[in-house]
Amino acid sequence: MTADIGMPGLAGVPTTSTTQTKKDFTSDQEVRWCPGCGDYAVLATVQGFLPDLGLARENIVFVSGIGCSSRFPYYMNTYGMHSIHGRAPTIATGLAASRPDLSVWVITGDGDALSIGGNHLIHALRRNVNLTILLFNNRIYGLTKGQYSPTSEQGKITKSTPMGSLESPFNPVSLALGAEATFVARTIDSDRAHLTSVLSAAAAHRGTSLVEIYQNCNIFNDGAFEILKDRENRDEVLIRLEHGEPVRFGTDGQYGVRRNPTTGSLEVGAGDDPNVVVHDATADDPTQAFALSRLADPGSLARSPIGIFRQVDRPTYGDLMTEQVDRAVETKGPGDLTALLHGADTWTVG
Amino acid sequence: MTVKQVREIDRVVIRFAGDSGDGMQLTGDRFTAETASYGNDLSTLPNFPAEIRAPAGTLPGVSSFQLHFANYDILTPGDAPDVLVAMNPAALKANVPDLPKGATIIVDTAEFTPRALKKVGYDANPLEDNSLSAYKVHAVDLSGITMEALAPFGLTRKESSRSKNMFALGLISWMYGRSIDGTVKFLGEKFASKEAIRDANITALRAGWNYGETTEDFAVTYEVKPAALPAGTYRNITGNLALSYGLIAASQRSGLPLFLGSYPITPASDILHELSKHKRFGVRTFQAEDEVAAIGAALGASFGGALGVTTTSGPGVALKAETLGLAVSLELPLVLVDVQRGGPSTGLPTKTDQADLLQVLYGRNGESPVPVVAAASPSDCFDAAIEAARIAVTYRTPVVLLSDGYLANGSEPWRLPDVDALPVIEPAFATEPNRDADGNGAAPQFWPYQRDPDTLARPWAVPGTPGLEHRIGGIEKLDGPGTISYDPNNHDRMVRLRQAKVDGVDGIPDLAVDDPTGDARLLVLGWGSTFGPIGAAVRRARRAGLSVAQAHLRHLNPMPGNTGDVLRAYDRVLVPEMNLGQLRMLLRAQYLVDVVGYNKVRGLPFKAEELADVIMEEVGTL
Repeated sequence: MTADIGMPGLAGVPTTSTTQTKKDFTSDQEVRWCPGCGDYAVLATVQGFLPDLGLARENIVFVSGIGCSSRFPYYMNTYGMHSIHGRAPTIATGLAASRPDLSVWVITGDGDALSIGGNHLIHALRRNVNLTILLFNNRIYGLTKGQYSPTSEQGKITKSTPMGSLESPFNPVSLALGAEATFVARTIDSDRAHLTSVLSAAAAHRGTSLVEIYQNCNIFNDGAFEILKDRENRDEVLIRLEHGEPVRFGTDGQYGVRRNPTTGSLEVGAGDDPNVVVHDATADDPTQAFALSRLADPGSLARSPIGIFRQVDRPTYGDLMTEQVDRAVETKGPGDLTALLHGADTWTVG
Repeated sequence: MTVKQVREIDRVVIRFAGDSGDGMQLTGDRFTAETASYGNDLSTLPNFPAEIRAPAGTLPGVSSFQLHFANYDILTPGDAPDVLVAMNPAALKANVPDLPKGATIIVDTAEFTPRALKKVGYDANPLEDNSLSAYKVHAVDLSGITMEALAPFGLTRKESSRSKNMFALGLISWMYGRSIDGTVKFLGEKFASKEAIRDANITALRAGWNYGETTEDFAVTYEVKPAALPAGTYRNITGNLALSYGLIAASQRSGLPLFLGSYPITPASDILHELSKHKRFGVRTFQAEDEVAAIGAALGASFGGALGVTTTSGPGVALKAETLGLAVSLELPLVLVDVQRGGPSTGLPTKTDQADLLQVLYGRNGESPVPVVAAASPSDCFDAAIEAARIAVTYRTPVVLLSDGYLANGSEPWRLPDVDALPVIEPAFATEPNRDADGNGAAPQFWPYQRDPDTLARPWAVPGTPGLEHRIGGIEKLDGPGTISYDPNNHDRMVRLRQAKVDGVDGIPDLAVDDPTGDARLLVLGWGSTFGPIGAAVRRARRAGLSVAQAHLRHLNPMPGNTGDVLRAYDRVLVPEMNLGQLRMLLRAQYLVDVVGYNKVRGLPFKAEELADVIMEEVGTL
């Protein structure tokens, strides 16, 4: 049975009339992340939010790469594959492109998606395969015990960079927008309500949805996002994007993001500035979304926007592929193996 | 009109050679098609540079197409051309060393300018200095006559000179009594939207034919009568095409939709091109961002219940190694096609080689066994593809199918199979839990690694099957439940189970030995594309009165059950390989038989004469 649940990203995925609970999505495997890891919060949120979609559990697949977060599929009572480092988007692409009746999720981290698997990530986004990618960004390599990652701030002291890392970090949202992504969002592990709303929108989106989740590694990079979580001061540095709303932040909304009329770039000014920009996630042109992604300080992450940066419609790779197969059958008829083997030129002996 | 003499011959080898832009591959293809429909047995060898348009008129830019056809069944494209068509001095210079004395050479004199001669290091014009006196040289102004014939079409010089290959084709077609009707039809379709080009090419083709018929220069035509091949309907086919069709057939005979993940690479790309044309068979082709993504997508599709296939060549196999290992661990069906080329590294992209055997067997971390099947001839690529798919699906394992550049681009007549008689491949998807309720109130369970006791294959439960939700991964799994396990004994058991599963692949026919006199002391054993050259060489040795046995391995892993017995039954086993002795090493290690090798890695197939000499030498020492 499939029902229109108002989520294009899940159109074609069978639903169930049975009421589901979090327990239905919890596997019998013991969760083995370090106590206090941010991954627990994300797992609980996903297990808590999936039952609300009412999908047939057997039509949901979680595919992951390698890294701490990539153990995620083992804990979901759905179909799942824990694959190899960086390659989850490739496996998910083949699965989603050949099985339009599945809801396919990719679980990855900053090392998995942006270092060893960087190429696959950008191409999945460019193709707009119908996937939901959860990128757990903790700005460190956890599973290999504490080396800097492609999102670590320059100068970071780690086991492999005792005098400080030499590299500039990726901004995953900027990267995704540059890779022609149709859905790009950012959220934080500890903000369950925000996480749920972003994941829900990501699942609803037809195409590749990239959700960057700021996730705390309390062992090797504890407090990496503290500036954005600290209840006292977070509102001073965290920009909550809402589609159709002016981009304002600060405890009293005293800051606003406006366009500099001379340079055209975005900058922070007063909240009551009449030139404060209105966020439009559905704009065809990703320029403003990109400019918003650049507001964050690459080191401290101050002025990080969270929420949905971009959400636009573009045909998905799998749908287009299915359309070509259907059209070939429609116009030429289903394949006839004997006719194929014979081809145009045959001759007969005897 | 002069009455021409007709001379009947059994076989002939023709080589068309020119610049890589001269259309020699097309000319060869068309002559092959004409010859195939005439009913000769044939074998072809295209040989071209990796550069798309190497500098014109240079030796590295020479492209050639060799065709061997006969009134009996033949096995190779021929050692040495009886006829060389050389479109310029470079083509002449590059190919003359291969010609036996008395061979016929047809050259385009228009291209033998002082500048062109100098470019390839000819101090004097070889057409004038008697250096070709050992050959029958027909110096014809192919370009000039073509342009004259095309004068009414108002084409530029450049455009009309492009049709000179069709003129040459017409001339050779006349010489060997081939009909040009098929090529006229072909040109009509190829240039349907470019009338002037179409008509020019057809006119050039006919002009070439007429030139042969009228000019005094060509006094003899040759007749090669049709070969008495087994009864049936035939077509001509290249290895890459046969392999593509084999994959489609495997999809049809298994009911599994075919999903190809591929990244363009010479000489495998034509399989991607071909399969992308057949969407009406439900085929999905995915041109990935790289080799790794190509196999990843194929494996993802396999997880979803498709026949996942990835096609590549040696360098691509290296990149896919880790994912192939994952497929070994996941125990999912997957076919990896390796169309081998010269290596290491980029090596010789357009030349053939068979030096990836050890790579596909052992080029992964850990104990990572995969079945390996190798096609023996262009048409055998069809059956080998079905066999690879059968093993992959039946045993839930990745399988490597080896082809090579020679098989990929070479062609031969293929007796079309009866589609209904092709093997049926049974996916046997899991649909129910495979563990009973434990009596303590627990529901029936599904264990993804509970094996079939006969095949040791695990169940293939695809997403969408209710009640069988499970997780698999590259981490070692507990025997049975498939959950993560770091237990030492379990790992040892799982390593041995995976190995035993591959070792136990059933349905592999015994290694058949061809030993007509029954008293041979030498066995010549090959694998892959050496089948033709070895067969031709063995025939030569037998004609010389020697007793020689021949056998050919199609399954490299596991090998047929009687392989050891066969090896031990002969005083000497000779294994010719286009590598430095990879199969020989395996045979020695596995069977403790002191196999001898004959090894060349020239990027070209063995010549029958060369192998025959080696065989006769070996027999002589026994």
